[in-house]
Amino acid sequence: METILFIAHTEIDGTLAKSALDALSAATATSASLAAGLVVGLIGENTQSAANQIALCGASKFLAVNGADFSQARYASDAAASEALAKAAGATIIIAPATSRANRALPGVAQRLGGRADTHAAGLGVTDGKLSVTRWYYRQRMEAVVQRTTRPWIILVEAGSQPTWLGAAGTAVVETVAVVLPDSSKRTTVTGIRSPAADAQTIRPDADLLFVTGAGWTKKQADGQTHVKEAEEIIVGFLKKTRASLGSSKSLVDLGGEGEAVLPFLTHLNQVGQTGATPRHPKGLSTCCHGEEPHTVGWRFINERRAISLDPNCGWARGKADVLYVADAFAVMKKVNEMA
Amino acid sequence: MSIAYQIIVCGSIVPDPLQTLEPASSPTGPALKNEMMLPAVLDPWASHALYEAANLAKTTPGSKVWLVSLGPKAKLQQVMMSVAQKVPFELVALDGPSGGFTEASDVAAALAEAILAIPGLDRSRMLVFGGWESASRGAGATMQMLGERLGIVDQFQGVDELKVQSDGALEILERIEGGRHQVSRCAGAPALLGWATGNLPEPKNNPQVGMANMRLMMPALQKAKAVKLAGEGLAFASVSLPRQMRQTRIVKDQSADAIAREIVEWIKK
Ligand SMILES: Cc1cc2nc3c(=O)[nH]c(=O)nc-3n(C[C@H](O)[C@H](O)[C@H](O)COP(=O)(O)OP(=O)(O)OC[C@H]3O[C@@H](n4cnc5c(N)ncnc54)[C@H](O)[C@@H]3O)c2cc1C
Repeated sequence: METILFIAHTEIDGTLAKSALDALSAATATSASLAAGLVVGLIGENTQSAANQIALCGASKFLAVNGADFSQARYASDAAASEALAKAAGATIIIAPATSRANRALPGVAQRLGGRADTHAAGLGVTDGKLSVTRWYYRQRMEAVVQRTTRPWIILVEAGSQPTWLGAAGTAVVETVAVVLPDSSKRTTVTGIRSPAADAQTIRPDADLLFVTGAGWTKKQADGQTHVKEAEEIIVGFLKKTRASLGSSKSLVDLGGEGEAVLPFLTHLNQVGQTGATPRHPKGLSTCCHGEEPHTVGWRFINERRAISLDPNCGWARGKADVLYVADAFAVMKKVNEMA
Repeated sequence: MSIAYQIIVCGSIVPDPLQTLEPASSPTGPALKNEMMLPAVLDPWASHALYEAANLAKTTPGSKVWLVSLGPKAKLQQVMMSVAQKVPFELVALDGPSGGFTEASDVAAALAEAILAIPGLDRSRMLVFGGWESASRGAGATMQMLGERLGIVDQFQGVDELKVQSDGALEILERIEGGRHQVSRCAGAPALLGWATGNLPEPKNNPQVGMANMRLMMPALQKAKAVKLAGEGLAFASVSLPRQMRQTRIVKDQSADAIAREIVEWIKK
């Protein structure tokens, strides 16, 4: 029989993030479909309030690796903690949220345990008592359903791909799993987080709308001139009004490296596509972007898609967007800002 | 304090991003239709790792860069002809499949064996680089498994910046949620870094670098060891293309006002 271990790390405030609760709902559903035991394994400085938050999830046991050594998102300590939790639980299937922290550490833990890992899982299902994981290959260009006989099998679940676990809080009895970190695992220290200034914080994973800017914003317009300053005002104005998340084409973020006049708030972190991000938002609006394949694969998880481009033959017209407005984005977005 | 690093970059080849891909079945499991015919490029995030490695080697005298690449020999050779023009490195080639449906753990085992066989390897100077995800499997798992096999527990993923401090420590910026970076300080080599985009533009072709690289590249390709990836315990129940086409409504010859009104309504819906 399978034993499912749900692993999550706590946030700075000691709670579990939404991404963890998404993965938890996958873990509880899988445990029910496989009639397998569920164990919770938490990692953090102090995990009691996180355990209480999910006390009623149906787990038979709550294990935790606690302490200051385990508060930071560091490979060596996270891997050691996860390995100890997996062993203590006797886990055959390990389900965790695909956060940057878990993505960093858990594939290495699979190696330690002689298991396998599947990351970026977009779905889990059970048929005839067999677990399958759905995930994307070739940067969201192909979807495959994977099954494995090797155990333990570590599955990292993409945030937003599952319903969020919404159970009530309670009081959990937590068993501590002792992990002593050798000095060789403390050669790295997390010294801080670098965030853009508040007004430059343009990446908003929880926003309803992804607003994508393309290189067209910096190109010569009908009057033979570029209008970068105006583009900046329009884009920033729109973001302020709608609190949309800002994405970009590669061409536009690359311009910065080539010394051309560009939009100062755009970095590679905004880039959507094959070599950029694949964010999840209910809606996406693309402006001044051609909609080439390496860009639009990054839109896989954007449900409703609209685009404004001057080019009626751009990629968006060919089945990539629901609506293409063949129009001048400067003119349209100025009006949008007036009305929004 | 300046350390002469041994920088080992792991990177394979992937189909050119502009190609349309279609799944096909092969005797060893899923594959791509006409896989061997598709034009290929060096995996994009791995290529950023290579440029960052070359840049670090240039600024830390005595350092050297290897590129360890597992792929079908003939295709590797084609792609390496152009990669060789970019930055100085020595190729370690492994002849085997490079497709996305191979098992990360098997690839890690093959890479570890090849790395450990590099003559004169010195762990205390070793930095292992790669892309944080491939553009084929897209798993972001191979590097961690490789690190474990090499006994490296100072591992970083989604790296956009590495700065060597005056005391030899490494300051590393990794991408985390919400467009932010986590800053870490690592005491020094050995360390493993899975790169995201980094900060460097693609280097211009340099024929002299190309010539120097090629001298060692052809022998490396000739002696590329054949590698089989077992994919034990792994099965694909299906591989399919997503429903790609939407019925695009094309709105032309409308005033900016009318379009803006429609967009605002849609956003607020
Ligand atoms: C290995 C590799 C990886 C890649 N990865 C990515 C990736 O991750 N993400 C990505 O985005 N790209 C990626 N690309 C690049 C991709 O192929 C395209 O080159 C890129 O997406 C084009 O960006 P763009 O549409 O902004 O610019 P352009 O192609 O220059 O298009 C600009 C568009 O703006 C329109 N325009 C101009 N002015 C206006 C106006 N006033 N109003 C409305 N429209 C206007 C033009 O009609 C045009 O359609 C990759 C390429 C390669 C080779």
